[in-house]
Parts: sequence; structure tokens; C-alpha cells
Amino acid sequence: MNQQPRLTALLSTALAALVLASALMAAAWLGDAPQQMHFDARLAPPGSNYWFGTDALGRDMAARTLAGLTLSFWVGSSAALLGTLIALSMALLAMLGPRWDALVSLAIDTLLSVPHLLLLLMIAFALGGGTQAVIIAVALSHWPSLARVLRAELLHIRHAPYVQISQALGKPRRFIVRHHWIPQVLPHCLVGALLLFPHAVLHEAALSFLGVGLSADQPAIGVLLGESMRHVSGGDWWLGVFPGAGLLLMVLCIQRLGETLRRAWST
Amino acid sequence: MPVIRLLSVRLLRIALVLLCVAGLTFGLMLASPIDPIDAYLGPQIAQAGAEQRALIAERWGFDQPPLLQFGHWLRQLLSGNLGWSHVYNQPVNEVIAQRFQRSLALLGLAWLLSTLLGFGLGLLAGMREPAKPTHSTLDRVISGYAYLTASTPAFWLAMLGLLLFSVTLGWTPVCCAGPSGSLSDEVSLATRLHHLALPVATLTLLSTAPITLHTRARLRSLMHSPVATQAFAQGASRRDVAWRHGARHACLPAITLACASLGELFGGVMLIEQVFAYPGLGRATVEAALRSDIPLLMAIALFTALLVSLGNATADGLYRLIDPRLRAQAP
Repeated sequence: MNQQPRLTALLSTALAALVLASALMAAAWLGDAPQQMHFDARLAPPGSNYWFGTDALGRDMAARTLAGLTLSFWVGSSAALLGTLIALSMALLAMLGPRWDALVSLAIDTLLSVPHLLLLLMIAFALGGGTQAVIIAVALSHWPSLARVLRAELLHIRHAPYVQISQALGKPRRFIVRHHWIPQVLPHCLVGALLLFPHAVLHEAALSFLGVGLSADQPAIGVLLGESMRHVSGGDWWLGVFPGAGLLLMVLCIQRLGETLRRAWST
Repeated sequence: MPVIRLLSVRLLRIALVLLCVAGLTFGLMLASPIDPIDAYLGPQIAQAGAEQRALIAERWGFDQPPLLQFGHWLRQLLSGNLGWSHVYNQPVNEVIAQRFQRSLALLGLAWLLSTLLGFGLGLLAGMREPAKPTHSTLDRVISGYAYLTASTPAFWLAMLGLLLFSVTLGWTPVCCAGPSGSLSDEVSLATRLHHLALPVATLTLLSTAPITLHTRARLRSLMHSPVATQAFAQGASRRDVAWRHGARHACLPAITLACASLGELFGGVMLIEQVFAYPGLGRATVEAALRSDIPLLMAIALFTALLVSLGNATADGLYRLIDPRLRAQAP
């Protein structure tokens, strides 16, 4: 019974690592292939020359999809990392006292009451768009749910017997935070970051798809799908199907990895 | 009366959160690099000189400090004046009222269907005797579906649906809420539903996952409980236990989850309306952001925040209703 989750964890880690490695290598290996135009093969359907077909400017969709996945991965992971950092610092801030706790709770409630995508849209709008703005916007709108989990965990730890004993023995606050709080909370942070990643990537793609995210000359998956919307009525299915499927595969791998790790740690 | 006290505390909390949302949106709009006067003038910008710009700024109070501007905006808001939308050339109230009516059909149908479907699938997936250690095939298929849809980009699935059903098969219309060129009064209910079918189906498929997984987990824990053990000992079948005990046990949490998922659903509505060119509130939001219609964007943010807060409060209230342990605690 105990072997199976571990095996799945191992498999999904391996798969995620494979996707990761190919995504990271893609950028170096492709060079300027994603932007190269072939005027003799515009809107070519998938074939032996172009596996995923070409777009309206004759650019190779396979190269563009790979480049888009790389971009999505970097944007998604930086946003997830930043979001986790914000969540951790907010949870620690809430531990300072009841007033701070109320303040952090109010901030969490406020951010959670605006629909995610709308909040993202407004932050990206306020920051003027672009890659950096998208990363910041995704991080700023995704920390509340993780902060809630971390806060509950910290409250639990604070009242745990071993921490109370440590306190009674006269250990300074810094010692308790470093040796009792942080080690307990770090696994949650790692899993939290992994579980934030799918949301971050999907929301980044959605934002770019709506035209408010990454700039239109970057081959992001959202931008590619937005472009393909213009060719939907012509029946040029390959423009949209492959980039979306790539994104789905990447998100699915990391989602499974996060879920398996969470389950492995919680039992 | 504890109920009245609870309600008033809840309402005060919602008001406080809404005030914070108002402050947040105001701050964000203030920080944006887009000049509201440029956005308002649009292409006419070449015709306006520095003097006229100064006049507009004075008329709108841009020369005042931000806090005063915020106070002024709040006062206008409370008196029911949400401003003028330059994208739709209408008062913001009217834009929201008209568009929300259309979105409500999409949102409401998808919400209802995804709750029912998610609950049903969750019951089916969780219906398993505790003695059997392996997952049933049905459980595997349903959980797989739930995990898969949780990772699917909403707009991509909508696009695939559009490609398959509208372009290739021609079963459903390609866009909009009715045939192009006809007034909204003339469109019959059947036509409306025909135009709604694909968007609602996509949104429903994508939003079932959380309720399915939650109900499944609830039912599985019930199957291990003494209640189920006794029922099995009395000769009840899995279906009996799932239906008589499980459905009751899991239905309120499912409704609660459905109430709390309105925000996520609205995000889906924004994307789906964009793909199907459905003229609802979601599309108005995107238009407002793309064309810097600041009054409209702020009003929509407040409006949806009100909706989501009410949904969350309902969810919380329902939880208190079913769980007596929570009722004893202070809100």
C-alpha cells in the first residue's frame, strides 16, 4: 500500500524532470527558429517537414510551441516562487500579534473576494503589461490561499508541546522561529509552490490570451493561442491544438507531482 | 438574538472587505501608467490642447490629492453614480446591468449544471466498499477526468469545442448571443439557448472537478464510518448507503463549495465569453482593460467582489448551519 504512492511520485518526478529538461534545453537548441519565417510554407498543415504545421507567417509551430513552453515554465516558476515567499512572510507577519493577524486576514479576504483573473488583469493593467508585470501580478494574486494554510500550520506549531517547552526553557524567539517553525513549515512551502505552479502557468496563459499579458511578439503559449483564434473559422486546427496540448501536459505533470508529494508528506 | 448578531457581523465584514477592494482598485488605477484623460479623449487627443486638458483635469478633480479623490469617488459610488464608460458610451450602471443579464444565463446555468454533475460524479466515484483495497474502474475514470480538467486551460477547451462543433460539424453557432444583425428583443428563447449551449457545456465541464473530488473524499470517509458498517451489516447495498447516507452527508458541503467557487467561475466566464464573442460582463471586463475604460473596470471589480463575498458568506453560513462545533465559536 505504501509502495504505490512512492512509485507514482518517482514516476511523476522523472516525467516532470524530463519535461523540465526539454523545456530548458529548448531555448538554447532552437535559437531563432521560433521567429524564422518560411514564405513558401504559410499555414501548412502538420507534415513531415513541419510536425506541428506552420502559422500565417510561415513560422514553424513545433519550434514556437517549445519556445512557448520554456517561456511559460520560467514565468510560472518565478511567479510561484515569488508567491510562496509572499505567503510565507505574510504568515510569519500574522504571528506577530493579534492586530497583525487581523490585518493579514483582512488582506487575504480582500484579495480572495475579487475573482482571480480580474485581479490579475487589474494588477497587470496597473503595472503596464510585459513579462515582469505578469510575474508580479500572478504572485500578488496567488499568495492568499497558501498564506491561509501556512498561517493555520504556524498556529498549530506555536501551541505544540515541544515549542511550549522550548519557550519555558527560556529559548529566545529567534531560536524558536529558526529551529522549530521554519523546518516544520518548509515542506508545506515546497508543496505549496508546486501546487501554485499550475495555477500560475494557466493564469499567465489566460492573461496573455486576453491580450493583457506578455507582449504579442513573444511566442508565449497564451499569445500563440490568441493568434490561433483568428484562424479558427478557417479550420486551421493545428495552430491551437498543439500549443494547448503542450501546456496541458506540462501543467498536468507538475500538478501530479505536487499532489503526490503532498500526500506522501501528510501521511 | 445570536442569529441577528451573526448576520450583522457578517454584513459589516463584507462592507469592510468591499471598502478594501475599493481602495485596492483605486490604488491600482492610480498607479497605472495610462493617463485617464488620454484614454477618455481617444483619437481626439490631437485636437485637445494643454489648456483643455487642464480644464478636464480640474473638472474631474485630478489636481486634488489622491485621498480626496478617493473620498469623492466613494461618495459618488454610494449615491449610485458609477461614472461614464467611454468604450460603450453609456453610464456604467447600464453597461453592467445589461451585460450581467446575459452573463447571468451563462454563469447560472454552468453553476447549476456543474454542481449537479460534480456531485453525481463524486457520489459514483466514492461509492466503494471499505473492504476492497483497489480503486474501481469507474473511480479511476472519474478521478482522472477531474484531475485532467483541473489542468486544462479553459480557453483552449472552448477553442477545441468551437473547432469541432461549430466549424467542422456546424451544430452550434460560431459566436455571439444571437444571430448577427438582429435586435436582442427579437431573438427567441430557442435561439438563445442554441447560442448558449457550447459555452455552458465548456464551462460546466471545467468547473466540476473541485466538487467531484470533494464529494468523493467525503463519501469515502463515510464508507469507513460506523454508520456505513452497520448499514452493510443489515444487508444494505453500496447504492443504498451512498444514496441514503452519503448523499445527505455530502450535499451541504458540496453546495458550500459551489457557493465559494463563484470567483473562479467568473474567471472562466471572462475567458469563455472572449472565445465565443459572447457579449456579457466578462467580455466587457476585458474590453475595459484593453481600452483603459477605468470607471467601468473599477465598477466591475466592485460588483464581482460583492457577488463573491455574498457567495463566501453564504458558504460560511451553511457550514455553521450543519456543523454545530462551529456555531459555538465566535464568528
